[in-house]
Amino acid sequence: MLKALENISAFYANPTRFMGLASRLHGPLWALAVLLLAYGLYRVAHVPADYQQGDTVRIMFVHVPAAWMALFGYSFIFFASVTALIFRHPLGHVAARAAAPVGAVFTLLALITGSLWGQPMWGTWWVWDARLTSVLVLFFIYLGYIALWQAIDEPTRAARAAAILAIVGFINVPIVKFSVDWWNTLHQPASVSRLARPALHADFLYPLLIMGAAFLVLFLAITLTRMQMEVLRQRLRVRARAGASENA
Amino acid sequence: MTTQRRIFAAICRQHIRLSWRNGQTVLAVSFLFIAITLLPFGLGPELKLLRALAPGLLWVVLAISLLTSLERLFQADYEDGALDRLLLVPLSFEAVVLAKLLGHYVALVLPLIAAVPLAGLLLNIEAARLPILVAAMLCGAPALVMAGGIGAALAVSVRRGGLLTVLIAMPFYVPVLIFGAAAARAGLQGGVDVAVDVGAYLGVLAALSAASLLLAPFAIAAALRAALR
Repeated sequence: MLKALENISAFYANPTRFMGLASRLHGPLWALAVLLLAYGLYRVAHVPADYQQGDTVRIMFVHVPAAWMALFGYSFIFFASVTALIFRHPLGHVAARAAAPVGAVFTLLALITGSLWGQPMWGTWWVWDARLTSVLVLFFIYLGYIALWQAIDEPTRAARAAAILAIVGFINVPIVKFSVDWWNTLHQPASVSRLARPALHADFLYPLLIMGAAFLVLFLAITLTRMQMEVLRQRLRVRARAGASENA
Repeated sequence: MTTQRRIFAAICRQHIRLSWRNGQTVLAVSFLFIAITLLPFGLGPELKLLRALAPGLLWVVLAISLLTSLERLFQADYEDGALDRLLLVPLSFEAVVLAKLLGHYVALVLPLIAAVPLAGLLLNIEAARLPILVAAMLCGAPALVMAGGIGAALAVSVRRGGLLTVLIAMPFYVPVLIFGAAAARAGLQGGVDVAVDVGAYLGVLAALSAASLLLAPFAIAAALRAALR
């Protein structure tokens, strides 16, 4: 099993083969993302209004999946960076770099929708509650990671530095999470993770899961497109360099 | 073994001496006082309010002074090529990094913490709270130095990488500030339970420092190696 995985990953270490696979996957992935998103939003529109929160509850169907993607995105960057740094897989850096802004935007979306939900519910746009605060810190971790990529001109050097930051930052995320939780807790406890008997009613749970799946596929689709762009950009760079040396 | 120890001590001592001669130490301590002086202009001169906020403000100002001092931690050595030479020293590069960070702790962080009681007086802090605050800072500061070191090492090849260093290091400061401020706050109340609480917070700070002392030199050395190749 592991051997097979190794063979597959070694096969796609060749960027041309990866580009072949990507161009085949690209269309179906985007189509699936659009379909899931449309169906999910349709379901969300037909969810009964919550007896306490009213229609405000609908924000949750964007907010919660966005928060999931914020965490998923950083985990994705971490695993891509480990693959790049330890197994020297050439696409690891490309994948990590491609995913970073996508994850950051989902994190920002979680923060903004949380704030929009908090205004009618808590009566204020922002509270220094444990989860909001740790997601805000996660957003800064994303920003630092993206800024590091942009600040270093030389691509291989930037890739290594960014990978080190991704790994160190990943260790930091749970530490921040637990210390901030300890610091202040006001938010509702996580209610979907109790898989045995979810506290959410099925009317709410299924649209939420569909939206989660839609966001996941959307994340993968955008990341794949960005990876293709990055590989093309690298090829252009190589070609420009070759052209420059020919002219000289 | 003894040669290695001597090299370690020499790198550490050189860093301390350079910080003094370049005026880095004086600059960092002045920065701390300037920041403290600005606070009453922003918050108003009311002594009661300043007293209530003093421990938290001192923590934040210490963290920021430390961050600004870290910007050039490796950059001068990187630019003049000294860092390349240090790779060849018969000592693991992680140990070299640790020696420089230890030097930084002695040359900059200890003077900054020594200045905290005086800065606290300016904010009308109660004298009884100072020992706990200083103890918490001594326990937590190594973690701050290590986190800042990671930022400084990752941004070493970036010209004017100061803001980048701050952005990278900031998330690592959150836990230290949380428990540092908690220790300072618990020290206010007095009593036996509180002594236990303060001990626990100092323990958490020390644990954060110990963990970062173990892990950060590897990350910093890896980041510097990546910049040097």
